[in-house]
Amino acid sequence: MDVHEYQAKELLASCGVAVPPGTVAFSPDQAVYAATELGGSHWVVKAQIHAGARGKAGGIKLCRTYHEVQQAARELLGKRLVTKQTGPEGKPVQRVYVELADPYERELYLGFVLDRKLERVRVIASKHGGMEIEEIAKTDPDAILQVIVEPAVGLLPFQARELAFQLGLNLKQVSRAVQSILGAYRAFRDNDATMLEINPLVVTKDDKVLALDAKMSFDDNALFRRRNIVDMNDPSQSDPREAQALEHALNYIGLDGEIGCIVNGAGLAMATMDMIKHAGGNPANFLDVGGGASAERVATAFRLVLSDANVKVVLVNIFAGINRCDWVAQGVIDAVKATNITAPLVVRLAGTNVEAGRKLLDESGINVITADSLADAAQKAVAAWRSVK
Amino acid sequence: MSILIDEKTPILVQGITGDKGSFHAKEMIDYGTNVVAGVTPGKGGKTVHGVPIFDTVREAVKQTGATTSITFVAPPYAADAIMEAADAGIRLICSITDGIPAQDMMRVKRYFLRYPREKRPTMVGPNCAGIISPGKAMLGIMPGHIYKQGNVGLISRSGTLGYEAASQLKELGLGISTSVGIGGDPINGSSFLDHLVLFDQDPETEAVLIIGEIGGPQEAEAAAWIKENFSKPVVGFVAGLTAPKGRRMGHAGAIISATGDSAAEKTEIMKSYGLAVAPSPAEFGSAVAAVLKRA
Repeated sequence: MDVHEYQAKELLASCGVAVPPGTVAFSPDQAVYAATELGGSHWVVKAQIHAGARGKAGGIKLCRTYHEVQQAARELLGKRLVTKQTGPEGKPVQRVYVELADPYERELYLGFVLDRKLERVRVIASKHGGMEIEEIAKTDPDAILQVIVEPAVGLLPFQARELAFQLGLNLKQVSRAVQSILGAYRAFRDNDATMLEINPLVVTKDDKVLALDAKMSFDDNALFRRRNIVDMNDPSQSDPREAQALEHALNYIGLDGEIGCIVNGAGLAMATMDMIKHAGGNPANFLDVGGGASAERVATAFRLVLSDANVKVVLVNIFAGINRCDWVAQGVIDAVKATNITAPLVVRLAGTNVEAGRKLLDESGINVITADSLADAAQKAVAAWRSVK
Repeated sequence: MSILIDEKTPILVQGITGDKGSFHAKEMIDYGTNVVAGVTPGKGGKTVHGVPIFDTVREAVKQTGATTSITFVAPPYAADAIMEAADAGIRLICSITDGIPAQDMMRVKRYFLRYPREKRPTMVGPNCAGIISPGKAMLGIMPGHIYKQGNVGLISRSGTLGYEAASQLKELGLGISTSVGIGGDPINGSSFLDHLVLFDQDPETEAVLIIGEIGGPQEAEAAAWIKENFSKPVVGFVAGLTAPKGRRMGHAGAIISATGDSAAEKTEIMKSYGLAVAPSPAEFGSAVAAVLKRA
C-alpha cells in the first residue's frame, strides 16, 4: 500500500524527522488559509498523488503571494496529473499540500528498502539528492553510500553517523542528520514499510536538515497490525476495478489486453497470461480467484472481468487440487447464467474430478469452448478473439 | 530415495485443530504420511484423526520424536510458531501460511542464525503448497493424486504452477522424486539453491525442473550455482512475462521492483548459464523429457 507525501511526512515527523511546516488542503480557499496559518512569504503547493516525478509534470508550484497559492491550488485540484510514473491516464489530484518554502543549500538522498537477497533493511544515501537513485547509480555509482541493518539490534547510531560524515556535513548538521536517519528507520520499521525514500533531504543555510519530499510503501501482509496506515488509504489513487476486487478478496490487476482471465493461483494466473502472449493475444488482466474458487467467487470474478470494456473473450483456467472440477464447473455455469455473458468463453479444467466437470459443462447448454490443456486454452481464446475483433 | 521427507519421517502439525490444519492433516494421513503429533496451545491431551495433540512443540517432540513440522497458523502468529518449532529442535519446518509480514520473516531468518549450521532447521515456505515425495509422504496442501513417483526433482515458487508441471510430467509417464514448493513471499525460508544441493546428492533424482516467477534474485543465484556445481540436467522457467513493473501479481514476492526482476531478464540469465528453458508453461513436461533423453 502507498500513501501520500503529506501522510509519509506525518509518520516521519512523529518519529523525530524534521520536515518543513505544511498543511493538506482540499480546496483553493483552504490552501490560502493554510498559507496564512503557516506564515512566511514563500510556499510550495504540491499535488498529492501516489506517484513521483511531479515537479517536471507541473504538479509542484512555487508561490509568492496568497493569490498565487489560490491559483496553484485551483489549477491542480480536480485535474489528472500525468507524470513519468503514472502512465498516460495520470492520477486524480484531490488534495494539495501547502508547505513553507525556505531556501536550502544542498540536496541529499536518503532511502530505505527491504533487500530480498540479504533479507535485511538496506539504507542508501547520496550527496546527489533531487535526482532518481537509478540515475545516480548510472552517473556516479561511487556516490551511493549504503549500510545494512542487523535486524536483531536495528540501525545503530554509529551507522547513521558514518553516513552523515560521508555526506560531507558539518558537525551541527551531522547531529541533525543522525536524528533524521535514525528517526526515518524507526518510521520504516514501526510501520512495516517496504520502501521509504526521502529525496531530497535538504540542508538549509542555518544548518537544518529537512525531509523535503517523502515517499513510503507498506507491506500489505502487515496491514492487519497497522490500522493507522490502513486509515491513510486513498482509493481514488488506484484502479476502481482493483479496489472492487479487493473488497471481494480477489487478486486483480488490470492490463490493457482483450482476453479476460480467471485463474486459481497466482503462478498459474501469470503462466496463463504468458501463454496468451505466446499464442499471439494480450491478457486483459491478472486475476487469482484463490484456492477455494467457490461458485460465488467465480461469479464475482466474472462480473469483475466483464466490467472491463476491452474484454472480448474470457478464459477460465482452473487447476482443481483440493477443490473439485465439478464444483468449479457448476460455478462457471451459474456465473454465465447470472451475468448473461455474450463474449466467447473458453474453459480449461484440470485436476480432481475433471471428467465430471467437463460433463457438467457439456450438458449445461451454455455456450462454452472447452480446452484440454494450457496451450489448447490459450490458442482457443486467441482464435476466438480474432474471430470477434 | 527422495529429499527432505519420506514415509518414515515423523511429522507434527502446528495448528491441527483449525479448519485448514485439520482438513489437510487428514489428507496427509490418508496419503500415508507418518503424522505423529499435533500442536494447538490449550488443546493438549485431546486427539484429532487419532493423532495426539500437545500444548507446545517442545512437549510434542519429547513425547513423539517428531523431526518435521508443518504450520497452519494464522499470519499474526505464524512467525512465533516457526521459531517455537526451531527452538524445540525440529529439523524441517514447512509453513503454508500466506500473509506473514516480511519483517516477521526477516526476524525468523535472523533467529535461525542462533543455531550452529548443523543444528539450524531447514525451512520451506511460507506461502507455499508444501513438499511431496510421491508414493511416500505428503507435507502440504497439494492434491496427492496428480504426482507420479519417479526421478524428476521439482522446485516451484508457485503452488498451482507446480501442479501444472506435475500433471504434464505424469501425462508423459514421468514421475517425481520430490516436489518442493518454496513459496511466493519476498523472504523465503529456503531458496531454489538450498534444494538443488539436496537433489544433487539424491541418487534417485535424474533431472530437476525449477519454476520461478518475477521478483527477487533467487533464480539468477540458482542458475549461476548450477553452471558451476550441478551435475544433472536442469530445466528452468520464469512466469510473468506479461507482468507490468511495480505491481504485485498475487504473491507478495511477485513484483518487478529492481533490475533483474523481470521474467525476460531472468530467462536470459538462466540461458546464459546453460540451463534448458521451457519455452512456455505448456512445455514443462516436454522440456524435461527432452533433457532426460539427452542425458
